[in-house]
Amino acid sequence: MSSLPRRIIKETQRLMQEPVPGINAIPDENNARYFHVIVTGPNDSPFEGGVFKLELFLPEDYPMSAPKVRFITKIYHPNIDRLGRICLDVLKDKWSPALQIRTILLSIQALLSAPNPDDPLANDVAELWKVNEAEAIRNAREWTQKYAVED
Amino acid sequence: MNSEDGFSDEDHGDSHRSVPSHSPSCLSCSNWDSDEDTCTEIALPEGPNHNVAPDDFVYKVLSVDQIVQHQRNIIDEVNNVLNLSPQVTRTILNHFKWDKERLFENYFESSPQEFFQRAHVLNPFEQENASPAEAVGSPASTKKKHCGICFCACDELKGLGCGHSYCVACWKQYLANKTCSEGLTHTITCPAANCDILVDYASFLALADDPDVVERYKQLITNTFVECNTLMRWCPAPNCTHAIEANYLEPKAVQCKCGHQFCFGCGENWHEPASCGCLKEWLKKCLEDSETSNWIAQNTKECPKCQVTIEKDGGCNHMVCKNPSCRYDFCWVCLGSWEPHGSSWYSCNRYDEEESKQARLAQQRYRSTMARYLHYYNRYANHMQSMRMEHKLYANVQAKMDDMQAEISWIEVQFLRDAVDALCQCRSTLMYSYVFAFYLKNNNQKLIFEYNQRDLEMATEKISECLEREITAKNVYDIKQKVLDLSHYCQKRRHVLLSHVREGNEKDWWEYIEDAATQGH
Repeated sequence: MSSLPRRIIKETQRLMQEPVPGINAIPDENNARYFHVIVTGPNDSPFEGGVFKLELFLPEDYPMSAPKVRFITKIYHPNIDRLGRICLDVLKDKWSPALQIRTILLSIQALLSAPNPDDPLANDVAELWKVNEAEAIRNAREWTQKYAVED
Repeated sequence: MNSEDGFSDEDHGDSHRSVPSHSPSCLSCSNWDSDEDTCTEIALPEGPNHNVAPDDFVYKVLSVDQIVQHQRNIIDEVNNVLNLSPQVTRTILNHFKWDKERLFENYFESSPQEFFQRAHVLNPFEQENASPAEAVGSPASTKKKHCGICFCACDELKGLGCGHSYCVACWKQYLANKTCSEGLTHTITCPAANCDILVDYASFLALADDPDVVERYKQLITNTFVECNTLMRWCPAPNCTHAIEANYLEPKAVQCKCGHQFCFGCGENWHEPASCGCLKEWLKKCLEDSETSNWIAQNTKECPKCQVTIEKDGGCNHMVCKNPSCRYDFCWVCLGSWEPHGSSWYSCNRYDEEESKQARLAQQRYRSTMARYLHYYNRYANHMQSMRMEHKLYANVQAKMDDMQAEISWIEVQFLRDAVDALCQCRSTLMYSYVFAFYLKNNNQKLIFEYNQRDLEMATEKISECLEREITAKNVYDIKQKVLDLSHYCQKRRHVLLSHVREGNEKDWWEYIEDAATQGH
């Protein structure tokens, strides 16, 4: 594998030195482009109290193309599907090389605070979120307790 | 005779800027409208250079250079009114898909601020240095600067004047990535997050700094220009780089410099009398159905009770339908119930048996749709096949002509070529006449159409047969008059058929069996 670009080294250093509250990203010891990420559920959201594991991979042409991010912990969210794939514009067409791992993870955290059922990835979840928000939020809380809270 | 003159002048108003004409657009490539005495008496309905035709459809063939020049002309025209820099105008024109009328409308209806914002360009009237070339090259300072993409300290950062700047290497990589991997051109924005200022043409050339990337960028731009422009269409022939520009969008025959003739409306081979919509339906149907349906027709029968398609894979004629909701016992031969067959199979020779008669009728009805399709398809495919052979004939005739030229003058044998051309045209018309007919409901006009079709078919077969016969230097004079007559007659029949279809289009004689088929008229 080619040597790590300065940009990735810098970003990794900064992530370790000045971590974002509620977000923890640690590079894999065997692959510096693969990050083990932990995002805590934002306060005042149905995901509060949950600890969500994600994986993040920086492709070969990063930062020209977006990092690949996926939830590993099961989550009940209209924009995250059963496989943990995330529907988020900055991971797709709105990606800009001026964005960083840090900004992307912040966007994901914000997505947990503000689900967008009008642009769904998990259709059944989104449907319920629109028809009966209270029940959807209850489901999300249950899933958080069930899958994202460690005893 | 050259359609170029009339069109470019009339369209752009200023002849000094019109496309340089290397050669007349279509005169040279026309291979049937010759001055020979074969078929000139007939006013050919859709020759490419038919300036005398009743409608005013004209077109010209453009090379890539001419397309680029054409773009420049449009930019100039817009600039004559708006007085902007060519780069800004180009970006704005891209935004409006090169529709200058729409651009002008928008420009005069909204405030400059709003207008430029919507087109994602900086308002050139508010900028100190309106020229993007200057904006790109920000003055080099002695202090090292930090690039927001690679995080390196760099000597010089460049930007589009929107306040975001990055190092030269990052720009280069960014633009190469957007162009070559994502295939983007005028929608490439400043790399900064949430900045929608577009990278203009001049800035791209300055920043990309790689001949391959710039080449690709230019290709893509030309491509988008042609594709956005409803009055332009690329020639669909493989490896042909020409485009056709016409004065309005209509399903009409156009012929490229490469010799390929196609429909300007849909880009398929010229398909009169079938409409673009019919042809599209038909091609889709053929793609989905042909092989499969042939096989089904030959190897299967439908269960007389539930109509599920059954393939017989063993010798026993006692069939049990495997459809779980049916499980009908029947005889493969007579399609009647198996029960009366009892233990003796030979009792199935009771043809007048009411039950099996009913079953066979039902099957017939079911199959008649298929039969109808196959009827038209087989004739369509047959003419297509013949047309391919006819192209071989072309080569043969060419060889014969070369042989004969030792004894007979070149001009004397030209008639053979013209006859083959006429034959190919008739084959093509016949082929598509079956597509047309497939979608037609029966009425008196369809009957007339079918008479015309039959006449053309007979005439075509005659000339085809005649041309395939041995023609030698000895009998060439005897046969010439016959070939001329036949090809003349063919063209006449073809003309009659097409005129009838056109008249029907105008007078709404044709009733189509499917709605979708009527599109494209």
